[in-house]
Amino acid sequence: MMKNERTIIIATGVVVGLIASLLVYFGNPANMGYCIACFLRDTACGVGLHSAKAVQYIRPEIIGLILGAFGAAYAHGEFAPKGGSSPLTRFTLGFFAMIGCLMFLGCPFRMLLRLAGGDLNALFGLVGFAGGIYAGIFFLNRGYSLKRSYKMTTLEGSILPFAAIILLALLVAAPAFIHFTKAGGGPGAKHAAIAISLLAGLAVGSLSQRTRFCMVAGIRDFILFRETKMLWGFVAVTVAALLCNITLSAVTSASFFKLGFFGQPIAHTDGLWNALGLFLAGFACVLLGGCPMRQLILAGEGNSDSSITILGLIAGAGFAHNFGLASSGAGPTANGQIAVVIGILVVTLIAYMNTYKK
Amino acid sequence: MQIIDARGLSCPEPVILTRQAMASGEARYQVIVDNNTSKENVTRYAHHQGYEVTISEQDGEYTLLISK
Repeated sequence: MMKNERTIIIATGVVVGLIASLLVYFGNPANMGYCIACFLRDTACGVGLHSAKAVQYIRPEIIGLILGAFGAAYAHGEFAPKGGSSPLTRFTLGFFAMIGCLMFLGCPFRMLLRLAGGDLNALFGLVGFAGGIYAGIFFLNRGYSLKRSYKMTTLEGSILPFAAIILLALLVAAPAFIHFTKAGGGPGAKHAAIAISLLAGLAVGSLSQRTRFCMVAGIRDFILFRETKMLWGFVAVTVAALLCNITLSAVTSASFFKLGFFGQPIAHTDGLWNALGLFLAGFACVLLGGCPMRQLILAGEGNSDSSITILGLIAGAGFAHNFGLASSGAGPTANGQIAVVIGILVVTLIAYMNTYKK
Repeated sequence: MQIIDARGLSCPEPVILTRQAMASGEARYQVIVDNNTSKENVTRYAHHQGYEVTISEQDGEYTLLISK
């Protein structure tokens, strides 16, 4: 059974990695087949929650991930509305996880895709990410808990999937109050066709629901239990996307792979802040029980604690751009550096209080 | 027999609680969880530690009887 599990997780990782690479071929920003942080940020701006004109687009991948997970969970009797486990703490952790991701310019998923595109700056992110996971595990081993969740109503568990459908309708109908980055105006203008993005989201959402795919669990469970199941998936995503990028570069006129530190797409070369950004994100995500993508999947299963976390991520994205905290290709901002330090302090305090002062 | 109530807890808390209980070296434990992911994770961990696991389900809650 265990060997079978490993085969399934590797196969899932390969499919997810291929889809991620192909999404760039079909129009997504470079090394950004998926980036849950960036896509939640783009979506927030698409509906006008912040006003960074370069990143305005309701991303169908996000919608697809939620609805794909919802459908898979429903079909397998795993749609189980629950919530009530320290919701505002989860909102806060989600908020600062986003601040960390936007310092690095990517969620843990995009960290792998940046590596697969040859962006070696992501190695600093990986080191910081592993350090953040280690920090979270320190508290988990000493009794950290956000307390239990309870069964909720079907309505409570259905609100976020319903909101995803509304977002899709707004994207397709494109009324005047929905914002789109103008062609050439930034990453928000780069996207695959709606149907392709949506299908990619549905596929990865349903696969991830079935396999419990999570970018944090790979490293976390290996450190905690020497459990390698999810780590195989983590590696499979990277290798599959890497091979697909190299193949696409060979058979098309565009470049999907460029090895090095400098001139990487939607990335900066400040190693320390790349590491600290994902340290913050990794730390917060371990305390939340899963990476940003896993939160989308759990929300699709009816978990309103994860839905609140997603709202926290979205709020974090709004503030990151309104307050000038998000990095750009030019590097981190001073405001962003202050916010990441504050975030590390807040997340440490949350970890401490929920470990020793329960 | 120690009973570990891990209902409603986030990943990976159910497995950590199981591991901490196993430090006592008893032959039998009972773990209660309320979702498939936790059921799978605790079962996998117990198997790795050389335990047998028997699972019973009632109203969406799973009782895992872990024994050597």
